[in-house]
Amino acid sequence: MQQSNRLRPFFENITFDRDDNELILNFGPQHPSAHGQLRLMLHLQQEQITKAHPDIGYLHRGMEKMAENMIYNEFMPTTDRMDYIASSSNNYGFALAVEELIGLDVPRRAKVIRMMLLETNRLMSHLFWLATTALDIGAMTVFLFAFREREYLMDLIEDYCGARLTHAAIRIGGVPLDLPDNFIADLRKFLDKLPENIKDYEDLLDTNRIWLMRMENVGVISKEMAQSWGCSGVMLRASGVEWDIRKEEPYELYDEVEFNVPVSDKGDNYARYKLYMAEMRESAKILYQVIDMYAGTGPELMAHAPQYISAPKIDIMTQNYSLMQHFVLVTQGMRPPVGEVYVATESPKGELGFYINSQGGAYPYRLKLRAPSFWHTGILTDLLPGHYIPDVVSIIGTTNIVFGEVDR
Amino acid sequence: MRAYTPKDDVQKKPYYTDRYWVAPQVAKSDVSEDAVFAHDLEAIKAKFEVLDAYIQVKQMVVVINAADNFGVIELMKNELEYNQLSELSAIDWLATEGKFEIFYQMLSMSKRKRIRVKCKIDEKESIQSLSSLFRSADWSEREMYDMFGVVVNNHPFMKRILMPDDWEGFPLRKIYPLQGDEFAQWYEVDKIFGKEAREIIGPENRDPARVDRYDTERFSRLGHEVPRGTDISQGEPDTPLCYQENEGVFLIQKFDAEKSVVISDRDR
Repeated sequence: MQQSNRLRPFFENITFDRDDNELILNFGPQHPSAHGQLRLMLHLQQEQITKAHPDIGYLHRGMEKMAENMIYNEFMPTTDRMDYIASSSNNYGFALAVEELIGLDVPRRAKVIRMMLLETNRLMSHLFWLATTALDIGAMTVFLFAFREREYLMDLIEDYCGARLTHAAIRIGGVPLDLPDNFIADLRKFLDKLPENIKDYEDLLDTNRIWLMRMENVGVISKEMAQSWGCSGVMLRASGVEWDIRKEEPYELYDEVEFNVPVSDKGDNYARYKLYMAEMRESAKILYQVIDMYAGTGPELMAHAPQYISAPKIDIMTQNYSLMQHFVLVTQGMRPPVGEVYVATESPKGELGFYINSQGGAYPYRLKLRAPSFWHTGILTDLLPGHYIPDVVSIIGTTNIVFGEVDR
Repeated sequence: MRAYTPKDDVQKKPYYTDRYWVAPQVAKSDVSEDAVFAHDLEAIKAKFEVLDAYIQVKQMVVVINAADNFGVIELMKNELEYNQLSELSAIDWLATEGKFEIFYQMLSMSKRKRIRVKCKIDEKESIQSLSSLFRSADWSEREMYDMFGVVVNNHPFMKRILMPDDWEGFPLRKIYPLQGDEFAQWYEVDKIFGKEAREIIGPENRDPARVDRYDTERFSRLGHEVPRGTDISQGEPDTPLCYQENEGVFLIQKFDAEKSVVISDRDR
């Protein structure tokens, strides 16, 4: 009942149509659970969604256009801003694509360091996912716990490259720096404690009644639907498809390390949650093996390809020709051969692909970023109808979308 | 005389090019070198015309006629086990040959192979939608339309996806400047304040690196430098800075660096 002494509520984001009882609700773009700039237009019958229409583009910066106007090395820091939760994985995807285009061979120590960065990034991303999703569903404690662990990883990355979020820690042809002295000891310390931490989260969530009610049998993605929508990563593996690019099309040193690919055939939110937890354990396993590999590597960090990659600093400072080449590479940029390449890597979110069309110039003629979150947002169109409003929050949570990547 | 700048491609160009430089090519190998690709290519060739096919960087590239795009992808999906359409987009070749090149990046999980299907269409031509085969094409085709203006036939919802619905121009075309065209300059001013405010506000500065040396009000005093120590207040009184702690706000204490502890060890 309306009270005369009160202001009449006016909801500008709700349209109510008397005839067919349909309610149209604008979910976002400022909704805290929409993980950034997602706007969802939901058609509702009572609380049930009949039609969902995701509207994206609020964070569109035109990265593909920017890439066409930048030399290859200049674009590297821009890739940080795609999936800003795990930016080294973007750096790596781009670096690998250019390396395949040129045909570069990266030194082993650089490979080991890259593996370390990639897997710490995966841990960071999964911890962040756990924290935010748990927070969306109301588990504040898990949020604080997971952020604490993530903080240690960010400190580690900061020790390595000086940045916490936008790392730009990988270069085309290798890595810029060797590991700092305390890095491996600190990483080991973190990893030793990680199983305990993961157990803490699982104790809090696994059999938690609220968590189960919000997660089990909610947001079920069938195998066919996941395939058809181009899902990848955990979204695909939770639906019963065993496909991890690290295993199937191994890059870097993934064919030398032992790890399992957790798969589930349930396809619901809870399955995705369990896979994220299992993947964290697998990442830790990989990191232990990579730490052991580090000791047996030579000191080179960058590939030797004078036409494309600057010589080591010591050569630049002592040899005239290296200095000249360095000058040309910095001012004009490398000119990869004419051709095109599509390289897919397994980022924490799924298949991160870089398509580069080079016409032999210093600027890529066309660069297409294949970001997994784009399709994981698209699938909401088919996934949400039939669910209720509170489910929207948990489903968006488990899709693990990052808007820097969706909108690019 | 003013230097000639081509209008059909306004993207950044290197300031120096060696006239005698011949760019090397990424190696292309024959399809017969890979048994799986050779088999797939035979199956496609049996039903459709294949203009070119080769392997480049571990993936097969098949060039087909644009009219066959639906048929080829359908064949690949149903008979050749290519069960994901990872990516699809266009490349702008309008400046050189007046065409768009469309590429479809296909993935077969059972064979662990990737194929890129390519075709070319004219600027005004449209292409058949694949959204009935792969739902992922729905959004990709919208993005392609949004960025290049390539119209897709039989698409369920052919609307812009990243740019605003009322945007004019297609941002990823080579004729579109990086900083945006004139429409982009006025878009937000018109939207927020109305066209009549154009003269008061002026066009949006879309170049983040631009420095206006005659702008003395907003940012820099370039070109209006004065000797060090000159009074530039123009009679305006100083606003004193005061911090909460100094004012003695209830419950808020001044941070004491002496008493604080820096936690460096994670076991604490």
